[in-house]
Amino acid sequence: MKFTKLTALALSTAICAPMAFAADMADEMTIVSWGGAYSNSQQKAYHEPYMEKTGVSIINDESSAEAVAKLRAMNEAGNVTWDVVDVVAADAMRLCDEGLAMEIDPDTMLAPAPDGTSAADDFGDLLVSECFIPQIVYSTTFGYRTDLVGDTPPTSVCDVFDLEAYPGKRALEKRPINNMEWALLCDGVPKAEVYDVLETAEGQERALAKLDTIKDSVVWWSAGADTPQLLADGEVVMGSTYNGRLFSVIEEQDQPVAMLWDAQVFDLDGWIIPAGLSEERKARALDYIYFATDTQRLADQAKYISYGPARQSSAPLVGKHEELGIDMAPHMPTDPENAKNTFLYNYEFWADYRDDIDAKFQAWLAK
Amino acid sequence: MALTPVTPQTPGFTAAASAAVGAFFGLFIGTAQGSGLLGILIGAGLLAVLAFVFKTIVKQEKPARLAMLLGFGAVGFALGGVPGLVVGALLGWFFGWYIFFVGESRYRQTLAPYLTPGQVLWHYTFRVICGAIFVFLITPILVVLPLSFNAEDFFTFTPEMLQFKAEGYSLKHYRDFLTSSDWQNSLKNSVLIAPMATILSVSFGTLAAIGLSSEHVPFRRAIMAILISPMIVPLIISAAGMYFFYSRIGLQGTYLGVVLAHAALGIPFVIITVTATLVGFDRSLTRAAANMGADPVTTFFKVQMPLILPGVISGGLFAFITSFDEVVVVLFVGSAGQKTLPWQMFTGLREQISPTILAVATILVVISIMLLTTVEMLRRRSERLRGMSPQ
Repeated sequence: MKFTKLTALALSTAICAPMAFAADMADEMTIVSWGGAYSNSQQKAYHEPYMEKTGVSIINDESSAEAVAKLRAMNEAGNVTWDVVDVVAADAMRLCDEGLAMEIDPDTMLAPAPDGTSAADDFGDLLVSECFIPQIVYSTTFGYRTDLVGDTPPTSVCDVFDLEAYPGKRALEKRPINNMEWALLCDGVPKAEVYDVLETAEGQERALAKLDTIKDSVVWWSAGADTPQLLADGEVVMGSTYNGRLFSVIEEQDQPVAMLWDAQVFDLDGWIIPAGLSEERKARALDYIYFATDTQRLADQAKYISYGPARQSSAPLVGKHEELGIDMAPHMPTDPENAKNTFLYNYEFWADYRDDIDAKFQAWLAK
Repeated sequence: MALTPVTPQTPGFTAAASAAVGAFFGLFIGTAQGSGLLGILIGAGLLAVLAFVFKTIVKQEKPARLAMLLGFGAVGFALGGVPGLVVGALLGWFFGWYIFFVGESRYRQTLAPYLTPGQVLWHYTFRVICGAIFVFLITPILVVLPLSFNAEDFFTFTPEMLQFKAEGYSLKHYRDFLTSSDWQNSLKNSVLIAPMATILSVSFGTLAAIGLSSEHVPFRRAIMAILISPMIVPLIISAAGMYFFYSRIGLQGTYLGVVLAHAALGIPFVIITVTATLVGFDRSLTRAAANMGADPVTTFFKVQMPLILPGVISGGLFAFITSFDEVVVVLFVGSAGQKTLPWQMFTGLREQISPTILAVATILVVISIMLLTTVEMLRRRSERLRGMSPQ
């Protein structure tokens, strides 16, 4: 009866093995982030030193894109499996309002700067929500193919709307945020009045009418990796994406692409800790956050990706790229040379108007 | 095997038939160069003239076909370098063959003499349609294979690749797959989860199929329908349901949970294949075994199992592939610790378009082909054993 024994063995393995795996969960933590080069920079700058220091093993989950929906589902199912989650500031505000993220007191739960400045002062205005610990400043900006724009490379964001000077496709994000602001700016609205105009129905129509002039030449993207791929293919002449992605295309992948920093839109990305963790897991998550958001750690991350550290005290510590050895400071969106004309993502405006403008934008897209 | 005696076609007919093929290929080449209409006209005109010349002036087949091959190859090389040479030579060979195939009426030779011209036309149209469907199905896979050897980090056929230069190709994405801990963890998870899910599916599915194939079980059809339902209910519905259910009973985010979920998805495949095999199973064999004093368990393993084994194995392979390729359910039921290969590919494709995914896809395609070949060989073996096949 060799066969039966074999089957019985296989069956018992199938049933018992998973339980053996489940047992060693205790000193693991799950950190949710965006994946790709970004997760890689966190792995190198935060996770690896932390694991070495404490012996905790960190599991990466690349689900930040659907963090809000998943946290809601987890909360409903009463089974929160994430310990620390990397989200953009707008998502953090939403999660905070819904009670899905725990509040953080910067002065007691975060490390002070090396010179003794409190964390609250060190982060300053970037602490946009009570649940949110900012990590990086990134920007959404344009890159263009240097070999497809002729002798006069674009210098202004309005060149995106100029089909005569720069014929060809452009990649824009499939959502109204940023696109509406750029459209109004290029339709002659002064920068200071953009949001006043965008509040009105006529202003929204005006922005969409401006976008209408290039609609046939737009490739709409929804994931950060799309525009780099389209630029590398030469499918588009220029396209918006996150500045770190463009850095990687230009410096690491050596593609004929250049940055157009004009009218870049700053946004924040950072950590939240989900509400409703057990005491043991909460203590571990807080310990990780304390470690990973100190001055040196934030500066370390900039060795791997061109996003600006959120602490003021980190800026002087930003050094060279770990592999390429180039100075990272000129590639930061916050570098004075790059930041001549910038927007800051208007959290209050978009919290109030997002649903309304989203609906109009989607209807316009479908036309 | 010439079924029908033939006479060569007139130059006019040959030229017209060749023009049609020329127009067809001209459409593609013309579209690639910017004008489809111009491509059609040039293609049709060129082939019509060539066919006419071969029929009326040259007439010798071998030199004519060689000239076509070299001529088209040379033009292709002049226009597009090495890739142009390959495409041009292939086209030249095909056109040369086609002109004489039509011109000498060879297409009629192998068909029955009583077919009308319409039936002959349909005979070939049908094959062309089948070929087109085949190309349509296989092209995505054929595009992925060479791209996975890309030396760059994008899904792009670089100029170096198109010129077949060595520096355009590299194995670095395969190396990335084999060395990156993310990919290795997900490979390990897939290799761990899929066989366990398969063993559970095969055990339960086979037992269910045997039970359901005996006549005296009440509500057979209803039970069958319930067991098959994971195959019919949209996956996202099962996944959402499993997520909430497993969360309550503490199985969400565990290996056991993912294995059970995948087993549930695999069972229908096993039931269907085993039920189909059992149709050809002679029940009197079990009665004969019982008559000789074997208990039911012995009968099952000694008599029934060996005979239905091909069905069990092919069901098991389907269950294995289901689990190995599954992304929706594992995204819900698993947590990052149980990240499987398809999950890793899914997030990789969304967050970072890297050809490593293509390298993995290529490996998976090769594995799938091997598994399906095994299934097909087993099926043939079982047919042969049951005397259903002529061999």
